[in-house]
Amino acid sequence: MTIDIAQQIPSIDSVETGLASTGYIASRQIATAVFLAMRLQKPILVEGPAGVGKTELAKATAGYLKLPLIRMQCYDGLDESKALYEWKYGKQLLYTQILKDKLGETLRDTASLHDSLEKLHLVDDIFFSERFLEPRPLLRALQEPQGCVLLIDEIAKADEEFEAFLLEILSDHQVTIPEIGTVHAVVPPIVLLTSNATRDLGDAMKRRCLHLHIGFPDAKLEERIVDARIPGIRDSLRRQMVSFVQQLRGLDLRKLPSVSETIDWARALLLLNATRLEPAVVHETLNVLMKFEVDMQLAAKSVGAFTEQARREAGL
Amino acid sequence: MPEALLRLLRAARGAGVRISSAETLDALAAAEAVGFADRQVLRDALTLSLAKSLAEKQIFETTFDRYFQRDAPEMQDAPAERHDLPDLAQQLLAGDAAGLAIAMEAAAEGIGASGITLFTQTNLFARRMLDRMGLPALEREITARRAAGEAELADRLEQARTALGAQARGYMERQLALFAAGTSREIREQALRRVRLSAMDRRDVVRMRALIREIARKIATRYSRRRWQARRGVLDARRTLRRNMGHDGVPFRTVWKRTRIDKPRVMVLCDVSGSVAPVAHFLLMFIYALADVLAGIRSFAFSNTTVEVSDLLARHDIDQAAERVMQAAGFGSSDYGRSLAAFADLALGAITRDTTVIVLGDARGNRNEPRVDLMQAIFARASRVIWLNPEPRSLWGTGDSDMPRYQPYCHQATSCNTLDQLERVMDELLRSQR
Repeated sequence: MTIDIAQQIPSIDSVETGLASTGYIASRQIATAVFLAMRLQKPILVEGPAGVGKTELAKATAGYLKLPLIRMQCYDGLDESKALYEWKYGKQLLYTQILKDKLGETLRDTASLHDSLEKLHLVDDIFFSERFLEPRPLLRALQEPQGCVLLIDEIAKADEEFEAFLLEILSDHQVTIPEIGTVHAVVPPIVLLTSNATRDLGDAMKRRCLHLHIGFPDAKLEERIVDARIPGIRDSLRRQMVSFVQQLRGLDLRKLPSVSETIDWARALLLLNATRLEPAVVHETLNVLMKFEVDMQLAAKSVGAFTEQARREAGL
Repeated sequence: MPEALLRLLRAARGAGVRISSAETLDALAAAEAVGFADRQVLRDALTLSLAKSLAEKQIFETTFDRYFQRDAPEMQDAPAERHDLPDLAQQLLAGDAAGLAIAMEAAAEGIGASGITLFTQTNLFARRMLDRMGLPALEREITARRAAGEAELADRLEQARTALGAQARGYMERQLALFAAGTSREIREQALRRVRLSAMDRRDVVRMRALIREIARKIATRYSRRRWQARRGVLDARRTLRRNMGHDGVPFRTVWKRTRIDKPRVMVLCDVSGSVAPVAHFLLMFIYALADVLAGIRSFAFSNTTVEVSDLLARHDIDQAAERVMQAAGFGSSDYGRSLAAFADLALGAITRDTTVIVLGDARGNRNEPRVDLMQAIFARASRVIWLNPEPRSLWGTGDSDMPRYQPYCHQATSCNTLDQLERVMDELLRSQR
């Protein structure tokens, strides 16, 4: 089964077109990373600023391979019972209540306490079997019969104990549950971890991963991305927008506008029926691109020059 | 091909990418998966499996490009083939760039060119490589042809030989840059770490800066790890109930309350007066690097009065920042008393029991009133007061040094004069928090 996933993708090119078919325009490097992750069965650690499509990559990969996407959001205090499995306590209690009489019957004809215990031992595994196991994202990912794409989002937000705990799953695709034993993956999932470097990850973790850094795209790629996402937008407007955003990234801002902001901006401009970039429209919609007041003020000063430059670059 | 790849990895290691032997295997597997046909793809694949940070990624990509950079030999159009010539001469005449490159590669491998360590070895290695490629035969051929009256052919061969020689030297220089850079850089950095800050050479500044940033980053990583401390004996009722649901609420497993150890706030007070100016620059660099990686650090600079420079450091790049700090506070003759008073006005209220105050300075106040009482006030409020003095301990208290009078009000007072010492002190400081 493991070979199946690897064989679905004969080349890096097919990964690129496959991702593109789901609307995700990947750079060559991203396609290579996905290709390698499938071939070598290694997790990808995706780093980069917010909004460049880290999470989106996982969704696109799942869409392209037609596999389910299992997502686990990390946060401080995340532990095994929320990430891996938990016993269905309620069900266990309910069943013991229901089966009380039955148990009593079974144990009635035992002569001594010792015998009763012996008898109980024969059935004691019933309540700690997979029927009573509530799988959480990680276990679900291992049990998925066709394989899946497992997205571990913002790994840096989880604490170090959890990071260490992940190592077994990432490198051997298995996990140990004390009451049941070791669970192996049916089909090794494709794992993507995202991080925006709020904390340095441990070396052990980094070593096991392919390290993909997604930065801001260049103008050409960004245009393709906008085009794929907002098909209705005019060529000239798109070119102006992208050029404007690219210039904006040259400023010393607290939060640089990302691809997701460009897309949002394109939507906003489309809603406002803008056909080309005018300083007035830009001023009105600047809050889509900027997240901080200080950034807005700084950017507002350059709007005139940038729109002018954008118009020239778009050949208008 | 693995041979060549391994050499590339060695070069990358020399350039500063950390590559373990397990990662070497990973890289080989990755290379095999994508094949060797497309250089760009190979580069991406290797970068993905080897680089562990953005910085390493850039270093590796540069190394990769340099490693596979080949000059195309310049040669005239190929005349008819001459089978009566040695191989090398034929290749030269035919302008067979690919063949020559392969021959050069093979020869380089034969003589162990990647073992080059010194600049002075370039010519020697180039010569050896050419010898192996068959230069002696070529030279004999040239002489023979000239004697036989084929002057035109001999001239052309001679020309090609000169070009080949230049190419070989270029090749060796690149090898040197690739393989020797690592070793010599390591030696140099080790030495730099031990040089006294006051005796530091101007031309080492760039290297120092990288080194300082590295140290600051290392310290900050260790420091920013979240730590929890169990408050022994206080039951966390909510979590205990949650964990024991499986036992019908009977608390078999208890959970104790934990408190997060807060990142303590740091205030740095840096002397930038004339007497410590040479050191001050490096100390500023260090504070700058630290502010880059540690949030919530407040920095002050003083010579005869104190100004807060946190903003300056946050807004400008290091050179500009250092310059502006110097403009704002630097080069005066130091007056510790007045500076402490100004600092107290600025920030005494902000010092809490979480605050660590670091003073960088030589405590030479030009016989002004040292205001030890203010130091005492700071000491009383702060969690820790650390004094780093660039002078060796033996000089403390000599002349106008007020160090012995301040010392009782420091939790720790250390001489700190080299990068190594700086790192050790900072490391201890951050480790012993609480």
